[in-house]
Amino acid sequence: MKDEVQTPEERTANLKGMGSARKRVEDVRFTQGKGNYVDDIKLDGMLFGDFVRSPYAHARVVSVNKEAALALPGVIAVLTAEDLAPLGLHWMPTLAGDKQMVLADGKVLFQGQEVAFVVAEDRYIAADAVELVEVEYDELPVVVDPFKALEPDAPVLREDIAGNMEGAHGPRKHNNHIFTWEQGDKEGTEAVLSEADVVAEEMVYYHRTHPCPLETCGSVASMDKVTGKLTLWGTFQAPHAVRTVASLISGIAEHNIRVISPDIGGGFGNKVGVYPGYVCSIVASIVTGKPVKWVEDRMENLMSTAFARDYWMQGKIAATKEGKITGLWCHTTADHGGFDACADPTKFPAGFMNICTGSYDIPVAYLAVDGVYTNKAPGGVAYRCSFRVTEAAYFIERMIEVLAIKLNMDAAELRRINFISKEQFPYQSALGWEYDSGDYHTAWDKAMKAVDYDGLRAEQAQRLEDFKAGKTRKLMGIGLTHFTEIVGAGPVKNCDILGLGMFDSCEIRIHPTGSAIARLGTISQGQGHATTFAQIIASEIGLPADDITLEEGDTDTAPYGLGTYGSRSTPVAGAATAMAARKIRAKAQMIAAYLLEVHDDDVEFDIDRFVVKGAPERFKSMKEIAFAAYNQAIPGLEPGLEAVSYYDPPNMTYPFGAYICVLDIDVDTGVSDIRSFYALDDCGTRINPMIIEGQVHGGLTEALAIAMGQEIAYDEIGNVKTGTLMDFFIPTAWETPNYQTDWTTTPSPHHPIGAKGVGESPNVGGVPCFSNAVHDAFRPFGLTQSHMPHDHWRVWKTAHDLGLHE
Amino acid sequence: MIPAGFDYHRPADIASAIAIIQQHGDEARVIAGGHSLIPMMKLRMADLSHIVDLQAIDGLKGITVSGGTADIGAMVTQNDLITNDDLAAALPILREAALQIADPQVRYVGTVGGNVANGDPGNDMPGLMQCLGATYTLAGPDGSREVAAREFYEAAYFTARDDEEILTRISIPVPAAGTGYAYEKQKRKIGDYATAAAAVLIRVENGTCTEASVAMTNLADTPVWSQEAAAALVGSNLDDNARQAAVRAAVDATEPVADNRGPVAFKKHVAAVILRRAIDRAADRAS
Repeated sequence: MKDEVQTPEERTANLKGMGSARKRVEDVRFTQGKGNYVDDIKLDGMLFGDFVRSPYAHARVVSVNKEAALALPGVIAVLTAEDLAPLGLHWMPTLAGDKQMVLADGKVLFQGQEVAFVVAEDRYIAADAVELVEVEYDELPVVVDPFKALEPDAPVLREDIAGNMEGAHGPRKHNNHIFTWEQGDKEGTEAVLSEADVVAEEMVYYHRTHPCPLETCGSVASMDKVTGKLTLWGTFQAPHAVRTVASLISGIAEHNIRVISPDIGGGFGNKVGVYPGYVCSIVASIVTGKPVKWVEDRMENLMSTAFARDYWMQGKIAATKEGKITGLWCHTTADHGGFDACADPTKFPAGFMNICTGSYDIPVAYLAVDGVYTNKAPGGVAYRCSFRVTEAAYFIERMIEVLAIKLNMDAAELRRINFISKEQFPYQSALGWEYDSGDYHTAWDKAMKAVDYDGLRAEQAQRLEDFKAGKTRKLMGIGLTHFTEIVGAGPVKNCDILGLGMFDSCEIRIHPTGSAIARLGTISQGQGHATTFAQIIASEIGLPADDITLEEGDTDTAPYGLGTYGSRSTPVAGAATAMAARKIRAKAQMIAAYLLEVHDDDVEFDIDRFVVKGAPERFKSMKEIAFAAYNQAIPGLEPGLEAVSYYDPPNMTYPFGAYICVLDIDVDTGVSDIRSFYALDDCGTRINPMIIEGQVHGGLTEALAIAMGQEIAYDEIGNVKTGTLMDFFIPTAWETPNYQTDWTTTPSPHHPIGAKGVGESPNVGGVPCFSNAVHDAFRPFGLTQSHMPHDHWRVWKTAHDLGLHE
Repeated sequence: MIPAGFDYHRPADIASAIAIIQQHGDEARVIAGGHSLIPMMKLRMADLSHIVDLQAIDGLKGITVSGGTADIGAMVTQNDLITNDDLAAALPILREAALQIADPQVRYVGTVGGNVANGDPGNDMPGLMQCLGATYTLAGPDGSREVAAREFYEAAYFTARDDEEILTRISIPVPAAGTGYAYEKQKRKIGDYATAAAAVLIRVENGTCTEASVAMTNLADTPVWSQEAAAALVGSNLDDNARQAAVRAAVDATEPVADNRGPVAFKKHVAAVILRRAIDRAADRAS
């Protein structure tokens, strides 16, 4: 047989299992334009929905006149809150325990809010009818500043809960206040701050931005009046959760709802939440008996579906004269917009912001977050990060830099002397987390060496001298970051969304000929699940990855799971995949022993076969075992070879990394030129190095966008100033620098294969790294803090305010 | 981002195009590359019932360089400007500027005629054409007439073109051999309009500047062609004082407005920096 002449290395390579740079199987269709996205779905008799949206950020809706729109040929219906109210669907629950208007119920709270839903025979008629709906508004005073929202005489935004001072997350202090969330030791931290050698204090603002996936949000609802079954295609990062929520709010039994996430063109957190468009397409299909499609355009996506960040983080960090950090204090004012529609686990209204002690051994810390309503779009989603982890990483990595300035220390050395050391893991952080594993010093030293850190600092010193001597107008900045993420939500004991525990699942069926299909509770939006999860199975059970089909996103076939966001797919569903594969392997072992006529314990797994211990020439390949499972009557064993696993992770995973950015800033124009970017990631066991590298490139590019130009800006009356891609920065190849990637490997001790998740690390670590580089360039002139994004005019203003144009 | 309904016309010659415009008046607009008009229609800021597509009209195509003049059809694309070798030899500044407009996909479709005729202060070509002293040919119901680029722009989106006229050709005098040139542009990203852009021509004979032309883009509601700036350079040996005076004169003539690119003070500062770089580069290239 051919098998007999293959070396173990060749047999391993044939599997394309874990560690293989297997090409993405998805790309065959994506690169040929053969993907199947929501907007590609076309059904017989399908109708099209479009929204009438508020031009005002805060106004009373006096009246909605549908007559002219309904008179337009081809218009089927115009829905308003009044039409949805009898069904109880004019409001919907948010993932954060708040509720949100589906269609304006008496007032609007942000520009772009959904006021009426037009249903027509084609997309163009729907758009024409939107123009014909006459809405009379009565403008109200607008609040876009979260601090002003909490002033005593601020206008009340949420009249529906005015005077109700008990919110979903405890007491409310003001009608525009949502929650206060406190973690850590307040008194202990304040005591340390009052007695410390050095305290650095700064307001760190992480501006409002938007995930802006290439594909916008949309849905197609089809209610079959004969079977009573609703099929809902949509841009859902969590299809099962959508099914459950749809059942709970619509009253349709859950078995009569089928939710399908087809190909998804990027999510980045934008497609976790539930949007009015989804609800309206369902209602319209129920009302008309026809399929109804709703797909938002780019401007609607930017102005109305979930934003990210908008955290004002006031920080204090205490240290000894030598630079040993003794305490950390943070108060965050969180701007949530008109409704609290954050996508966080229920018990974490500010997500995992309490990872803000970062990579450092900080003995005592205190964090308080106040959520606030303003006249802006709702959201606060985890844009390519675990819940609020980018905010936390930006905060601590800026505070370290601010402290280094105060101590007149090198920021790399300050980090190094404060890292949690390898021996301290598992490490209990002052704000309540148990870090599973890490080796920060090794990663840091590798990074320092790779970029020749001392050489860079010497070059920077020379540049500064040249600048002061008038020989150049360019400053050099060196940005440092050592981030620690917390991903893989999460343990059911403390992580749920709307009461649904955040486990995940995998079901594997081995076919008689030794190929397989696996289905998961997650859904890829570009992460390459069909490639990587097949690799896990390949290594675990010894069948080639190329022979394994992977399916996700159809709730009628996939096992229940909580979906893909927060880098949870590999830590949770990846673990379920390994566990399900191990169940199959255990049964395969019994089959092999029967076939080889030895005791179960006398065979052992060897790459792609079970061999008799001590007699490796006696073996059964996994393909032979698979066939036997279906054609042999094996005493004590059921036929077939299938398994399902629902995995409840015992802990989160804690990926980390060391990033270094070098840039040059033209002080006269504010233009930054990213010269180099080094990214070392430790994501534990590496499943597919090529996909990891791609994830790091993508995440760093989004980080570049956020740090250097991307924002959702409002004027003082709540108009969105950055509603198109002319003003909302999406980097092209031209703006994107080259990246140098690197890694260390510190496996997670509690994960079945030791993997930690990587998709979001580069965004979490990249943003502070780019920002720190800009700040570092101006450090010799006294800059301690400036606000992102570091676009041309803000950088120019920094230089101007520091007197560099005189 | 869904336009209202409209009728689409695709005339084969200029006379037919003009006839359609005459017939429908305000409700009709010609479309060249469509990069300005189509977004306006999708935003429903332009309310038009008739679109007159010019791409089937052969008389609006072609580039010829002869007798000291470059003649460019209105439907010539930015990509045509970049790839035409005769033009690159005669007017290298056109290629330098066109390469700074958006990205290749846009440049394959975007036309020089649309760019100059629309009167959008953000477009790069109007300032460049003023710098070069170009002349536009306008065809109307009563025949053709010529208007200097320097006389064409009245306010944002308002030009000397009558509603029933079509801009058909652009004629540019080829500068003397050895004339230095530069097109310098600062933008936030690919596809963006300029924060500030400058077009400069400088001719030097025996160490003295004998001719100069300076124009700037997106710093007022029309291009800023500054005779004062040119005057500051001409007759000088292009010393630092002359260059500074030219920059001051041109920037004094700008009237930028604050937008997402930044406030007025920033734009004026950057305009000065960009113009100075353009002057320096053009002077270096002059021989």
